[in-house]
Amino acid sequence: MNRSMPTHNLSIFVANRPGALVRIAQAFSRRGFNIESLVVSPGARSGFSRMTITAKGDDAGLDQIIMQCSKLVDVLACRKHTDEEVVARELALVKLAVNSAERGEVLQIADHFRAKTVDFSDTSIVLEATGGSEKLDAMVELLRKFKIVELVRTGKVIMARGEKAT
Amino acid sequence: MSESQLTGAEALILMLEKIGIEIIFGIPGGSAIPLYDAMYKVRKNMKFVLARHEQNAAHMADGYARATGKPAAVLVTSGPGATNTVTGIMTAHMDSIPMIVITGQSVRAMLGKGGFQEADIFNLTMPIVKHSYLMKNANDLPRVMREAYHIATTGRPGPVLIDVPKDVGTDLCTVSLDGDLDLPGYNPKPRSFSTETLDKIAAALAKSKRPVIIAGHGAALANADKALREFAEFMQIPVASTLLGKGVFPDSHPLSLEGLGMHGTAYANRALVECDLMIAVGARLDDRILGVPSMFCRNAVKIHIDIDDAEFGKLVQLDIRCHGDAKEVLEELQPRLQKGDTAEWLETLAGYKKKWPLSYSRRGGMHPPQVIDALTKLTGGRAIVATDVGQHQMWAWQFYKCDRPWKFISSGGAGTMGFGLPAALGAQFGRPDDLVVAIVGDGGFQMTMSELATAAIHKLPVKVFIMNNHYLGMVRQWQDMFYDERYSGVDLEGNPDFVQLAKAYGILGLNLKRMADIPKVLKRALEHPGPVVVNVEVAKHAEVYPMVPPGKPLEETVLEHPKRKKGRPRKTAAKTAAKV
Ligand SMILES: Cc1ncc(C[n+]2csc(CCOP(=O)(O)OP(=O)(O)O)c2C)c(N)n1
Ligand SMILES: [Mg+2]
Repeated sequence: MNRSMPTHNLSIFVANRPGALVRIAQAFSRRGFNIESLVVSPGARSGFSRMTITAKGDDAGLDQIIMQCSKLVDVLACRKHTDEEVVARELALVKLAVNSAERGEVLQIADHFRAKTVDFSDTSIVLEATGGSEKLDAMVELLRKFKIVELVRTGKVIMARGEKAT
Repeated sequence: MSESQLTGAEALILMLEKIGIEIIFGIPGGSAIPLYDAMYKVRKNMKFVLARHEQNAAHMADGYARATGKPAAVLVTSGPGATNTVTGIMTAHMDSIPMIVITGQSVRAMLGKGGFQEADIFNLTMPIVKHSYLMKNANDLPRVMREAYHIATTGRPGPVLIDVPKDVGTDLCTVSLDGDLDLPGYNPKPRSFSTETLDKIAAALAKSKRPVIIAGHGAALANADKALREFAEFMQIPVASTLLGKGVFPDSHPLSLEGLGMHGTAYANRALVECDLMIAVGARLDDRILGVPSMFCRNAVKIHIDIDDAEFGKLVQLDIRCHGDAKEVLEELQPRLQKGDTAEWLETLAGYKKKWPLSYSRRGGMHPPQVIDALTKLTGGRAIVATDVGQHQMWAWQFYKCDRPWKFISSGGAGTMGFGLPAALGAQFGRPDDLVVAIVGDGGFQMTMSELATAAIHKLPVKVFIMNNHYLGMVRQWQDMFYDERYSGVDLEGNPDFVQLAKAYGILGLNLKRMADIPKVLKRALEHPGPVVVNVEVAKHAEVYPMVPPGKPLEETVLEHPKRKKGRPRKTAAKTAAKV
């Protein structure tokens, strides 16, 4: 059911206190929302964190969660953003098991997506790629014909365009 | 003692006093001994009450707050002491009651290691507190205590928990007790309504021919009773009240429709079915008053005033949301109002009041409404009435008439059995000069009756009326109506002799077994200077009506118990019953 639901981008600016993350996560889990990705990082002001959450679910449910998060004592702001309003980036590390015969094509794909080779051995290669989530999806898809040993993605981070607050 | 030599525990107790806490309820234990030791040493004017169970301690603090508007503190030990408060905290949280809960905790080095009496109460209670703290540093205590009070009492009130590891209590607290709050994300006075919102509300009201106000607990918490009354009277709009909103608009007022919802009056529910405008003032429109949410006030403009915007649109699609303090909103709305014409509407409703007055069965012995009626008459509705949860609670709501807020104390959102007695005791601590009455069921009373000791020790003149139907009556009623009388787990055989029980605590116990004795026994109880327990033997089989069956809209409010054909089960009772 969740699959057909829209994906939402949420940015939460929060005082960096113990329990803040759990309280926010509880607001999602109580309403049966699946968090697709969650990034917590220090904010521009010290003592504050920026959380970027992408989650799938119905709009009304998400609005409830936003109001619920906004009223948490530690939360300063909780905003929802459409993809158009923000620049969104994500980083992926992909470890592939490749022999010398396959290596050429892998590097070609990497080059196309401007991915960097960050580790290299006789039998494996680690690529680092950044960009929008769709770009990373496309790259990973193409790489699937090789043996992907490990895949790590940071999850989306977003920032509102122009003068708008994130 | 200079402040620089204080331990964390001493600082905490001094801070409780500084922020204005007047009473602490609790039970000590290993991890809380430093806190209790500090209380022994530095407590000045605060009263301490030793509870018999930590849940009761929380309910007493809750009742105190519901009668006075001021929070009390709960002070318990770690592990089971802390987890025993959970029901009490959740009860307060569901009903927006301010409370400061302090739990002892294992020493910092033992956290997360499953040591003796370690419970992660900070995480356990997260969904049922307004906010909480796990203390790591004694120097944070003065600030945290101040913040806790501020958070508990402002905006939409609620419980705040502070978990204090034992060694944080024994560490020195070297900072000033007069520090500042550090709450960058907290808004103590949420308010985002605009003058346009008010204009929209005024315009909708001007157009309405059949408006209804729903008055909720938020109106009482905002001290909006006067503003509400002016609003209703000026506009001539009838007012229905939620369980927790009881008294914020006078029951005796000609515009009052009294309670609404599952066991509300038939005329209130009918008014909501027929209205063309519904304006909720500090009521969160929960499932117990809506019937079927999508059918609630179907043809009406729906307006919701609330200090908590997370309550908007939860179950009911709204036309106008007005986010702010109920009193401020009503006062700022007042100059924009034009008198509407509701004469015809009020006449219709007067007809409904005549047609469907509150009633109760008179078969099979004495009935709680008869006792509660008499109580209203004897007290003039001036007593503080605390209830437990069940049939007697609904009858108390229906038949005890009161005209003031802060007088009717009941667990609404949580529906916590066992709440009544400790809440009444808490209320009596807060209002020593008021008459406090507890109306409880034989089931719920037995969940927390150990607190009779507190009544006796502190000579609290609380009058406890046990509506003894020898059943978990409310559940029995559901099994009767919707489960073809398959009574399962509701027979309270083995009830003790409550009169003897009271005596065992040194409390006056009275029996009330005959209708004719109601005035005599009530008078005796109310005139007794100390606590009294009255065992009221009521009809075993009696049902609370009106009732909106679960899953049904308010249109289907059932007025009376359906007649049952001999030998045939009362299949889906609601179908055959007289309806609004
Ligand atoms: C702690 C708790 N357990 C169970 C329930 C479910 N429950 C609601 S009303 C009720 C029966 C209450 O019986 P009693 O106290 O005798 O009151 P009566 O309904 O008979 O007036 C029960 C078991 C509850 N509300 N709270
Ligand atoms: Mg009973």
